[in-house]
Amino acid sequence: MRQAMTGNEAVAYAMKQINPEVVAAYPITPQTGIMQKFADYVANGQVDTEFLTMDSEHSAMSATIGASAAGVRAMTATSSNGLAYMWEIVYIAASYRLPIVMPVVNRALSGPINIHCDHSDTMGCRDSGWIQIFSENSQEAYDNAVQALRIAEHPDVMLPVMITLDGFIISHALETLSTYEDDKVKKFIGNYIPKHPLINPSQPVTYGPLDFFDYYFEHKRQQAEGMVNAKKVIQEVGRAFEKEFNRSYGLFEEYRMADAELALIVLGSTAGTAKAVVDMVREKGYKIGLIKIRCFRPFPEEELAEALKRIKVLAVMDRSLGFNGVGGPLFNDVRAALFGRNAEIKVVNYVYGLGGREITPNDIWNICNNIRDINLTGKVQSSVNYVGVRE
Amino acid sequence: MSNKKWKEIPIGGLILEPGNSVKYKTGGWRVFRPVHDPTKCSNCLICWIYCPDSSIIVKNGKIEKFDYDHCKGCGICARECPPKIKAIKMVKEE
Repeated sequence: MRQAMTGNEAVAYAMKQINPEVVAAYPITPQTGIMQKFADYVANGQVDTEFLTMDSEHSAMSATIGASAAGVRAMTATSSNGLAYMWEIVYIAASYRLPIVMPVVNRALSGPINIHCDHSDTMGCRDSGWIQIFSENSQEAYDNAVQALRIAEHPDVMLPVMITLDGFIISHALETLSTYEDDKVKKFIGNYIPKHPLINPSQPVTYGPLDFFDYYFEHKRQQAEGMVNAKKVIQEVGRAFEKEFNRSYGLFEEYRMADAELALIVLGSTAGTAKAVVDMVREKGYKIGLIKIRCFRPFPEEELAEALKRIKVLAVMDRSLGFNGVGGPLFNDVRAALFGRNAEIKVVNYVYGLGGREITPNDIWNICNNIRDINLTGKVQSSVNYVGVRE
Repeated sequence: MSNKKWKEIPIGGLILEPGNSVKYKTGGWRVFRPVHDPTKCSNCLICWIYCPDSSIIVKNGKIEKFDYDHCKGCGICARECPPKIKAIKMVKEE
């Protein structure tokens, strides 16, 4: 069915179809729209969910963990500082191997305080053990929400999943998207049969015991394996989704990459704008393509290096800034993926859009010109560039 | 405790066997050990009530011994033993 919805409404709609047993939430802009809409579904009796309005994000994530450990499907959602406030418990959710799904509406982290889009919030917990899947638009946010539980609950994975959508740009913009019938979504997701529910008197189980030098390391090793396995499962679920709903999802999307010598790598909503610019620049004769990373954690290192093997100059666009002195987080991961696999490629970082700063087709066109010049001259002036900042 | 490999244990640090904390010996944490003097003891069992690690073993209503495999040496038993009795002394572990 074609429906006009904001990104937040699209995610809430997916949550209605998922009908999780427990949702615990605390409001924060720009996520609030998800829970506001979901609260309508609860009030109207359209879901059976136990809806918990908590006193903080720290508590919201804690309650979600409690419910998930008890053996039911549990969800929450957040943004920015809310996610930062959850941080301690975010890490615990992954460590307990609980298949929680959490939409994160990307918003800049304070300070200075800012409510608009960038990816610094999810990047702050990129190695917390959560799978992170980015969305380009409302359709993808909806589709990712439908796929997330099957990924999280897969016995080879058993890790929580964060699905992200860009604050305001996706969350508050009205778009038309295809939604699927309730029973088809329900069938696709299937039933959740927890292996070790906390509430089962016939098989008592302890969650969260003390774990010292004798076993902690082994548990972390298991967790690392779950993240590695997730790559295969995300692709399997993507293929199953395509079979059922006719939309294809993998680890990343390749756009006009077949004969490309130049390429852009982007995350999130900017991919839509950048694809349009790639089309325009292609008309000028540039052999340029684009890769949109969908699955950021686990990072598709090998697959990405393979997709980039013919590329001579690569522009990595980061909508957040890692304060490590060497550029954004995506830039660092992409460079690490290419190291030892493709020594010839020149990789340049373009940090943009912090705190909701607009990124225009013209900005992206300039990036394309910049990497074309690097290809012609062989010279990189600056490996980390700031697009749209007043110099 | 046997040290199992990472593929042999439940994920997430879960403990699937109820009551198995008895297998985890915590006696090695002790700096001071409680020593019981049965000649002073009135067997009021206040120490037994207060012991947080169930390390005071009682038989037929009388204190038999301490479970030194699990006693962490917190000293609560010695502190709670009535002032006129003082049948438990904390002695430094050598």
